[in-house]
Amino acid sequence: MLTKRIIACLDVDGGRVVKGVKFVNLRDAGDPAELAAAHSEAGADEIVLLDISATAEKRKTLLETVRRTARQLFIPFTVGGGIRSLEDASSVFDAGADKISLNSAALANPELITQIAERFGSQAVIVAIDAKNMNGTGTYHAFIAGGRTHTGRDAFEWAREAESKGAGEILLTSMDRDGTGIGFDCELTRAMTNSVRIPVIASGGAGNVQHFVDVFRDGQADAALAASILHYGLTKVGDLKQELANAGIPMRWPC
Amino acid sequence: MSVAIVDYGAGNLTSVKKAFDWLGHHATITSDPEMIAAAERVVVPGVGHFAATRGLESNGLRQAIESAIQEGRPVLGICLGMQWMFSSSTEAPGLRGVALFPGECERFPESVKSPHVGWNRLRRNRSSKLLAALSEDPFVYFTHSYRAPVGACTVADCEYGGPFSAVVERDLVFGVQFHPEKSGTAGIKMLEAFCNLSC
Repeated sequence: MLTKRIIACLDVDGGRVVKGVKFVNLRDAGDPAELAAAHSEAGADEIVLLDISATAEKRKTLLETVRRTARQLFIPFTVGGGIRSLEDASSVFDAGADKISLNSAALANPELITQIAERFGSQAVIVAIDAKNMNGTGTYHAFIAGGRTHTGRDAFEWAREAESKGAGEILLTSMDRDGTGIGFDCELTRAMTNSVRIPVIASGGAGNVQHFVDVFRDGQADAALAASILHYGLTKVGDLKQELANAGIPMRWPC
Repeated sequence: MSVAIVDYGAGNLTSVKKAFDWLGHHATITSDPEMIAAAERVVVPGVGHFAATRGLESNGLRQAIESAIQEGRPVLGICLGMQWMFSSSTEAPGLRGVALFPGECERFPESVKSPHVGWNRLRRNRSSKLLAALSEDPFVYFTHSYRAPVGACTVADCEYGGPFSAVVERDLVFGVQFHPEKSGTAGIKMLEAFCNLSC
């Protein structure tokens, strides 16, 4: 049986892992290569590194960080943040990434998805969608630029377009839940899972084990992203997977 | 051990090289038939559409790989590289594989999501040189939309909308549908076994 994936996410700024609450108030959480190795050892199914550096100066360190992190990592490794062209993507793959995650650049130019997918395969292209519930209704819109810019695009309609352009997976972040620890947005996740045929990775809001059970069971997510819940030692990946397995969620555990 | 990773323009081969390098072998990503002819181990990787295997038909790559097989040098196909070892695929009608293993690759049924992405468990059907070092059936990482049929050469299958071939073996020719270079310790052990084969 295909298992549900637990993906450890490292938000990186200038070569250091940070994690904010609702996209601000960043706190330092360590070295990306060390944290990635530790999560892999502990049972994480994948690693995602999101570069949130705002300045070109800080971005220069990204490729070196990717190279260092990839060197001894033998599980799937995704890199996102600031990838705007086929050339950007190529250099990140050359540095050792298996997949790249596109957000703003894909919305501005959906053909970029196709260009990268044709060269590196659809399995290597994740489209990240930051979605916000509009006025508490069932309507969700996509935001870009770290959540600062409202695109006016319907999140599900954009996901379907991304799939048709060659995206291999959707990384869906609930902006309303991100960093809050109050649980994933299961309604958003389920609606997205029903909108596309490609896998959906749920992100934003994980605070305890039950939240993961909920997003796999009620949200029908194929994978779930975990960041702050892991970094500050609140939960270890292995403990999380053990409890999910006990709850009847198919897990790669023990691994 | 010298390992030639055949570059025919299908995807990112860095991860495959990195795994062999980490094991202490000398891996080279190459599209040069002479490099393939000189290598002790040959790996045919690849992702994407079956039509991409056309890249193996040019520059003498196919002949170099077939020579390696005839000379008894171990050859490993990964993902699309494994599917190319079958007769054909409905993904690219009219295009032939090398038919080292019989049967046609087909799309997953509509009853399951496609692509099949993530960690799934192997089920060993019989003894395998590649899996010999693994005491339990391991979880491995898959990402594919087409699958190879189960046949006499299948040493391990996997279940997703019905069984399909996950590992095939015939003499010193091996094919794996998943990505051993992305399958944690279990995958690394398989690549190590491939390098350590006596031949």
